[in-house]
Amino acid sequence: MTTTHETHQPEPTEIDSVVIRFCGDSGDGMQLAGGQFAATSAILGNDIATFPDFPAEIRAPRGTTFGVSGFQLQFSSTDINTPGDMVNALIAMNPAGLKVNIDDVVAGGIVIANADEFTEVNLRKCGYPEGYNPLEDAKLASQYQIVGVPMSRLTREALEGADMTVKEIDRCRNMFALGIAYWLFDRDLGPTIDHINEYYGRIKNRPEVAEANVKALKAGYYFGENAELFPARYHVSPAKLEPGVYRQISGNQAVVKALATVANKSGVNLLYASYPITPASDILHDLSGLKHLGVRTFQAEDEIAAICAAVGASFAGQIGVTGTSGPGLALKTEALGMAIIYELPLIVIDVQRAGPSTGMPTKTEQADLFQALWGRPGESPCLVLAARSPADCFDTTLEAARLSIKHMCPAVVLSDGYIANGAEPWKIPDLSEIEPIEVSFAKPGDNGEVFMGYKRDPETLARPWALPGTPGLEHRIGSLEKQDLTGNVSYDPMNHEKMVKIRAEKVQRAAADIGPTPIRGSESGETLLLGWGSTYGAIATATDRLRGMGKDVSSAHIRHIAPLPPDLGDILARFDRVIIPEINMGQLLTLIRARYLVDAKGINHIRGRAFKVDDLVRSVLDIIESKE
Amino acid sequence: MTATQTNDVPLPTYKPKDFASDQEVRWCPGCGDYAVLKGVQKAAAKLGRRKEDFVFISGIGCAARFPYYMNTYGMHTIHGRAPAVATGVKLANPDLTVCVVSGDGDLLSIGGNHTMHAIRRNMDITILLLNNRIYGLTKGQYSPTSEPGKKTKSTPLGSLDFPINPLGLALGAGCKFIARTLDVDLKLFDEVYTRGLKFEGCAFIEVYQDCNIFNHGTYFYASQKDTKPENTVMLRHGEPMIFGKNMDKGLRRKCERIEVVELGGGVTEDELLVHDETNPLLAHMLAEMTYPEFPEPMGVIYANPDVPSYDELFAEQIDQAERINEGKTLEDLLLGEKTWRVEG
Repeated sequence: MTTTHETHQPEPTEIDSVVIRFCGDSGDGMQLAGGQFAATSAILGNDIATFPDFPAEIRAPRGTTFGVSGFQLQFSSTDINTPGDMVNALIAMNPAGLKVNIDDVVAGGIVIANADEFTEVNLRKCGYPEGYNPLEDAKLASQYQIVGVPMSRLTREALEGADMTVKEIDRCRNMFALGIAYWLFDRDLGPTIDHINEYYGRIKNRPEVAEANVKALKAGYYFGENAELFPARYHVSPAKLEPGVYRQISGNQAVVKALATVANKSGVNLLYASYPITPASDILHDLSGLKHLGVRTFQAEDEIAAICAAVGASFAGQIGVTGTSGPGLALKTEALGMAIIYELPLIVIDVQRAGPSTGMPTKTEQADLFQALWGRPGESPCLVLAARSPADCFDTTLEAARLSIKHMCPAVVLSDGYIANGAEPWKIPDLSEIEPIEVSFAKPGDNGEVFMGYKRDPETLARPWALPGTPGLEHRIGSLEKQDLTGNVSYDPMNHEKMVKIRAEKVQRAAADIGPTPIRGSESGETLLLGWGSTYGAIATATDRLRGMGKDVSSAHIRHIAPLPPDLGDILARFDRVIIPEINMGQLLTLIRARYLVDAKGINHIRGRAFKVDDLVRSVLDIIESKE
Repeated sequence: MTATQTNDVPLPTYKPKDFASDQEVRWCPGCGDYAVLKGVQKAAAKLGRRKEDFVFISGIGCAARFPYYMNTYGMHTIHGRAPAVATGVKLANPDLTVCVVSGDGDLLSIGGNHTMHAIRRNMDITILLLNNRIYGLTKGQYSPTSEPGKKTKSTPLGSLDFPINPLGLALGAGCKFIARTLDVDLKLFDEVYTRGLKFEGCAFIEVYQDCNIFNHGTYFYASQKDTKPENTVMLRHGEPMIFGKNMDKGLRRKCERIEVVELGGGVTEDELLVHDETNPLLAHMLAEMTYPEFPEPMGVIYANPDVPSYDELFAEQIDQAERINEGKTLEDLLLGEKTWRVEG
């Protein structure tokens, strides 16, 4: 931005990367402030990774520790894969935010607090002892650069005379805080001003609110400039990303874009039937606005109805899709088995969250792998794929749809709360380079000839997709066991065994489409870290760090879990030791040990959050060193 | 795209047997399902729709074997979920004639939720509830429509459950077409089922059906030659409600209630209630009339064709969305609002 103010401005110090966290009450607008900081940094060309972390309560009681909402962001001039372990700069809008988050700040890190909120009442509310104020704690002051700013008062002063209630004015505090952060890290105010004007000014038609927010943002920035409270400011240069056009994308957004692309590339409309559930609901919200792109949405009465409607749509010739989280997947179990015996295309998006039962809905976990693979009655195999990062949700969902249609077999896509809500830059693909998804519906039958509903393609084992409305193909599908070829009801013992094996083999045939598994590090050696899903960022970063320490550690990350990549057995055999880090009790670990008879070791954190790279590195070192 | 093929071939003249599949029917001899199957095949043959445009969808239970015996498209689904599957079929291809056929356990117990919601949305489907007031396929436990105190395998001292009133449930869920018929009354079945299939919205038809193995005679009070005239009243739109072997009884309004009166002896037809199938309040009262206090209503109890079906509104909304977003492409979606370019 340009400014006519003539004040002393410290020259920004160039640094590689910064982790910043905004925190406050769940009504304080922290997600908005953090999201804006992320968007601005992405536009400036930094690599970014974000981690929104919020309570399940929409508006938890103000000032409580359990009501603290946070948004963490790493922005960098180099390639990064995680939102970072430790925080370099913490913006705390209240004492509860500071109390919950201060331990994550690096020694010497910056803590900017809204001093007006550090009142006796608020300090007690979040459990600080009588007479204690962390902003006046000499010990803390020696550990961190703590700066108390009277943000509430300064925001009110900046907006004096605005045609708004005090409550509305107070809501602009997050923009004041963001302004300070923008000054501190040398960010351009332009993108956020544009966003405010677009959102409040145009969409919400509240130009006075737009104006107030812009004023508060600028006031925060000028405060940083003038107050001389900060000894230094910092600059993070653009990262060297692959050339192309980029945008910021979260995992849920990437699923949405992928499903719209599936409708486009297949030429077949898609029905997304779903029941709202954290953290998958945003997929339904965003898809509901895409009716002009061949996407239909249906908010069903429950999880079961949602998958059943999707199956019905697939039978009638659309691409049936449903989305949910772990508890919802459990409810969909029986209907997923039905889709498996029907042998119809179906895509099930499972945005995993911490369980069991309702568990911790807004926290992440990878513990639905077994459920996706085996959580159904009878022998009922289906395709299972897992996305490794927000942007990868696009490719993984697209791939799942392609395989599901090609093999006439349901596919489960595993995402999780961490990548569903987290965001990173995404190089927007060139649509002309995405292969079409081939769909061939069965052609009208000859008069009198009985249609063979379960006669298969010899290569893929897919059965014909025959749509109601097509003359001559009238047939019944059912949840009872099918006779081979005809699809009629059959209780024949040998037929049942044959059909069970065909359904399993059909999933295995999809392995022919899986490319070589890339390895980070060396093709063979001492230690392989094997991962799946959202642990990619932490494992990749840990691998680089361990190799930097001279350790012979490599890593591989798999997208396909059913079927497993065909080269995985060979890869595992080329390493002396296999370690499988997971945010569960060792689910892929169990599968790999059983399938390949490899004495793999697990690193298992089940804390409702992603691995911290430091923890992972330490855990890997523990295993390596205990052996050495 | 819709799945229905445009077909220049004129509509064939079907016979009911054209709608019979090559599968051997496996219901118990004497089961009421046979009569219903025959009735459905007959009504479908003369509906004026192509065989390939029908989809019969069922859940689990004896009645749920139904689709296998129809030479149309069909889905035998899982327990209770037929209305939800039918919803997806209809949303994907509104040109299809979709009919759910299932039993009282399937549609009112395990699947009560989906039945209620398919009705509430006014999906353009026909729900045929084959109500035999017992669980047949699991060999004779009481069902949600069994009478209180019913002794079954799972209730040796009698059931403690109060039964659900299917017509009342459908009305409560906002159903726009409600009818009741008997498995043995082929003429009435044909009449109400044909109307149900043609109704643009959710048509709910309860069929009193005999399970001659586990609940034989449960509807004898309403189905036999001598009992039927006395214990049921045939509703005809615009006609007074008269019943009885000698057509000598009628239904009259008494304050806010309905009473049974004997005709003659001072009571004339003019005083009787006249059936108005468009009157929802009357429908609620009729649905509450149960044997033995009242004759049970048969025929079309309620029909309100003036409410658009969900499918119709769904299609309208798609058109609206396409108008609003005209010119917006998938490329626009991928780009979003904020992009930046990284130069090589």
